[in-house]
Amino acid sequence: MSANLIPILWDATLQTLYMVAVSTILGTIGGLPLGVFLATSQRGELLSAPWVNKVLGLVVNATRSVPFIILVVAIIPFTRALVGTSIGTNAAIVPLTLAAIPFIARLVENAIREVDGGLIEAARAMGATPLQIIRKVLIPEAMPAIALGLTLAVVSLIGYSAMVGAVGGEGLGDLGIRYGYQRFMPEVMLAVVVILIVLVQLVQSLGEWFAARVDRRAPRNRGH
Amino acid sequence: MTGTDQGAAMTFEGVGKAFPKADGSRVTALADINLSVPQGSVTGIIGRSGAGKSTLLRMVNGLERPTEGRVLVGGRDVGGANGAALRAIRRDVGMIFQHFNLLASRTVRGNIALPLEIAGTPAQQIRPRVDQLIEQVGLSALGDRYPAELSGGQKQRVGIARALATNPKVLLSDEATSALDPETTQTVLELLERINRDLGLTILLITHEMAVLRDVASHMAVIEGGRIVEAGPTYDVFRKPAHPTTRSFLSGVTGATLPGFIAGRLLPERPDGPSQEVIRVTFAGQHATDPMLARLATDLGIAANILSGNIEEVGPHPFGNLLLSLDADRGAQARAYLERHGLTTEVLGHVR
Repeated sequence: MSANLIPILWDATLQTLYMVAVSTILGTIGGLPLGVFLATSQRGELLSAPWVNKVLGLVVNATRSVPFIILVVAIIPFTRALVGTSIGTNAAIVPLTLAAIPFIARLVENAIREVDGGLIEAARAMGATPLQIIRKVLIPEAMPAIALGLTLAVVSLIGYSAMVGAVGGEGLGDLGIRYGYQRFMPEVMLAVVVILIVLVQLVQSLGEWFAARVDRRAPRNRGH
Repeated sequence: MTGTDQGAAMTFEGVGKAFPKADGSRVTALADINLSVPQGSVTGIIGRSGAGKSTLLRMVNGLERPTEGRVLVGGRDVGGANGAALRAIRRDVGMIFQHFNLLASRTVRGNIALPLEIAGTPAQQIRPRVDQLIEQVGLSALGDRYPAELSGGQKQRVGIARALATNPKVLLSDEATSALDPETTQTVLELLERINRDLGLTILLITHEMAVLRDVASHMAVIEGGRIVEAGPTYDVFRKPAHPTTRSFLSGVTGATLPGFIAGRLLPERPDGPSQEVIRVTFAGQHATDPMLARLATDLGIAANILSGNIEEVGPHPFGNLLLSLDADRGAQARAYLERHGLTTEVLGHVR
């Protein structure tokens, strides 16, 4: 591989990291409350609002049903209205975030539903408000599962980010297609794949390390 | 223990609870509950699973609402309270659970601090209060441990400390010792007794174990099929159980159960020909230590055969239970004699 490809790979890696990081953060900002709401708003639950729950559930399912590459193209007018262009990394963040929100919401919902109902009962018996129960009981208790869920989401977003090259989104996937495939430079394709593998490994390990750190459900050796 | 009275910490007035079923009909969980829990008492409600005791307990802090009647705690109607008013009542009612319900993500300290955080206690007041509570339940060395690192008994102590954090006037115990081994059960019950004594806290507990009531309850009620079938001071109920359910619970704890070879041959009616009458004699109070069987022999010449028996304590009182068989012809005479001397008797059946 010629030396002048290194800066190109480096830039593409940074672009991918940028897209994934921003869409994960925005996706969590949207997906966490949505997931908590989905997990607590069925009839008789903390925030009982069965109709809103049903409608939001449908919207989440609908969004998740659309193949990502179609979502990217379908929302181009929306993207243009939002960031002024439909080309480039910033534009790519819009569909990535839109895909991340319902995905993260479902992961958070599942994590919250795993929390023992006895804890909710105990908190209610203490006179906690629904919001206190969510903040002080449900989210902290679900944190190990949420951390693993977010890890999964980030890994998926790294994969999705390769597709936004189709609309000029740049990043590693785009580089792999343009140089590796269209210009017949297999070494670039290989480099892209290796970098993606390393990225995913790093994210997975980091996520598992964090999840284990916040997981206090099993006793651990304290050395005394 | 019925009706509203001034010395009551909690009162159930004509309480009923019916749950709607999927097919539109209603299933009655509780009916016609009238019970008042004396201030400063340890009152136990015993019943089999599904008898409704858990629903009854949960009405005291509004986790369940009555569909009929009223539940009053310190004069406040729980069933009618909502929002902030209900949360205020809940802060005056602590609760402990069979499975402890501690947050795995918080240390012992963090768990005990939770109700204080919820009540909006300033952080600088939480710390000393938590220290004091940890000390009170004997967990001083374990403040920074997580629940997963504790034994069952230690977890329940954390549960108790947490329940006491906001200085409640009432403590509810939902089968708090049912998940613990007998030895740990004893230490947890002793802790509850001490709290009741030292803090003057009224404790309402539910259990399916008569031994728990024997050891800590000053008052008790027996619930069966959603109704209270018997209630009163524990000692009185133990001495003169009126309802068959009570007797069946008692037979498990008073140690006096018929040996198998007799139980298998027991006839409800007296058979023809010579037979023996099998009776239960309950000794209570100062009579528990009287040599009544010896007197029965010397005064009436009746020889009683001891089948089973024991003497134990119910609260501060000695309490004995003997199963005897004696000549059926002299049974009535012997029972009259024993009753006259302050004992309680009950005919269990006859054997040939």
